[in-house]
Amino acid sequence: MTELFVLAEHRRGELRDVTFEMLTKARGLSQKTNLDLTAVLLGQNVKEIAKKLADQAKKVLVVDDARLKDFNAEAYQKVLSHLISEHKPLLTLVGHTAFGIDLAPSLATELNVPLATDCIDVDFEGEKPIVVRQVYGGKVNVKASLRTSKSYIVTLRPATFEVQEAKPLGGEILEIPSPLKEDIPYKKFVEYYETPAGEVDITAADILVSVGRGIKDAENLPMIQKLAEILGAVLSCSRPIVDKGWLPSDRQVGTSGKTVKPKLYLAVGISGAFQHVSGMKNSDLVIAINKDSKAPIFRAADYGVVEDLFKVVPALTNKILEVKKSS
Amino acid sequence: MDIIVCVKHVPETAEAEIAIHSSGKGIKTEDLIFDINEWDDYAIEEAILMKEKLGGTVTVITVGPEDAEKTLRKCLAKGADKAIRLTDNAFEGSDAYATAKILHKAIKDLPFNLILTGTQASDDGYAQVGVILAELLGIPHATMVKKIELKEGFARVNRELEGGLEQVMEVKLPAMLAVQTGINEPRYVSIMGIRKAREKELKVLGLGDLGLKEEEVGASGSWITVEGMFIPPVEKAAEILTGGPDEIAAKIVETLKARGLV
Repeated sequence: MTELFVLAEHRRGELRDVTFEMLTKARGLSQKTNLDLTAVLLGQNVKEIAKKLADQAKKVLVVDDARLKDFNAEAYQKVLSHLISEHKPLLTLVGHTAFGIDLAPSLATELNVPLATDCIDVDFEGEKPIVVRQVYGGKVNVKASLRTSKSYIVTLRPATFEVQEAKPLGGEILEIPSPLKEDIPYKKFVEYYETPAGEVDITAADILVSVGRGIKDAENLPMIQKLAEILGAVLSCSRPIVDKGWLPSDRQVGTSGKTVKPKLYLAVGISGAFQHVSGMKNSDLVIAINKDSKAPIFRAADYGVVEDLFKVVPALTNKILEVKKSS
Repeated sequence: MDIIVCVKHVPETAEAEIAIHSSGKGIKTEDLIFDINEWDDYAIEEAILMKEKLGGTVTVITVGPEDAEKTLRKCLAKGADKAIRLTDNAFEGSDAYATAKILHKAIKDLPFNLILTGTQASDDGYAQVGVILAELLGIPHATMVKKIELKEGFARVNRELEGGLEQVMEVKLPAMLAVQTGINEPRYVSIMGIRKAREKELKVLGLGDLGLKEEEVGASGSWITVEGMFIPPVEKAAEILTGGPDEIAAKIVETLKARGLV
């Protein structure tokens, strides 16, 4: 029977969340379309990981090879193109992560298989996948179809599908001899590098005042800093502020920074790209200030202020000072 | 070091109001300001920094209409030596795959040690073009690159993973490296640079010049067909606080008080 592949993503012995998110989505799809759900696991000494996957798939294909220990797109592509050519899955799901971004486009090109990346949904119309993607920084959704083919690859945006527990499927674990014959000549994994921890731990703060591109200039940071101080908050930020060197990287909230869960997250001038939202969406209370009413941050906020932050922030700072003085 | 930088001319939408075009398959772009894709701005900067250190040439290349020459001129003003614009009516509707095929034809016979581009574009966000191009050229690649050290015959790069972790890789040259934002500090364009840019070569090539067939590019040469665009449905809408700045401030403070946050 035709298969639906889910490429398991793991790092340093742990499955990544996106793997379970993809498996949840894939279970629904496989029921609807009568496809066999197969998890594909590449790595070294991954028996324990394979067992976890077996609960959630009908079959787990395992390729165990020292050259697959840490993610290397060159080695992974060689193994996957072999597996996909052999098994001819109708669809292969990969995470749209640092791993999938490096792997899927060249794999699809080698196999001449249509690829849709960074999808927030995928469904079938007959045998053809239909995907939903977000463009223009999450302000617009696109519904798209893929060119007719016998096989497709789709990468799914992480932290988009809620993981649902399933009754254990007790899938069969099949170890495949590694198809890697020669060396991996072009790319070599050297090591992991951990960005040094800074002085401030934003994940420990009860209140975060978080600032984004909307502040326009580093000169305007003190205004936000003052609001944070008066609120007893820690100052955090979105990616552009770190990219510009206005704040150090330990202040960054989001996929490539920290995941935070404060009692209050006050987002000032942050548009709310998904990479940012996935790092703060579990905050108890989110208030967002942004002059663009369509900014995606308002979809992740409890309260929104559609106004110029340069007017609202000083007013808010004064109001809090007033309240504090009177109490 | 001969470096080719692939750039894209895109509408700036981070702070702009966006409306869907009447075709339902695009956005209205008349009122939007177009500029170099933010990621590509870091790629051109990285190329110029390398050239300043090691010598060689920087060639900047794009697929796009005449307006995209603004982005090419900007790159020339920053210090690139030559520019190529690839354009043809047949290129309309190209997705990342078709775009990479167009670039491939233009680049395959050029001398280069390195291709740089942005990891993704801020408009369609496919994050595919550079990697597909590398595969078509038969050279290795790395994406999400936050640091590049050039060594003898290879590049040592830091790839950005999730949660503040990076992966150090060695990639043989020639290679395609797709950079992340924040890898450097893109320079501003100087008046002198703009003057010099006017003298620099800007070549325009079309379907025939590249030896491409119509069916290889545009919608027919693409993997993806856009069926429709729409403003995302609001699942959880924020309650919007209205009024003047002082009224809004008072409302926020009430909310915070109720939760014991002030």
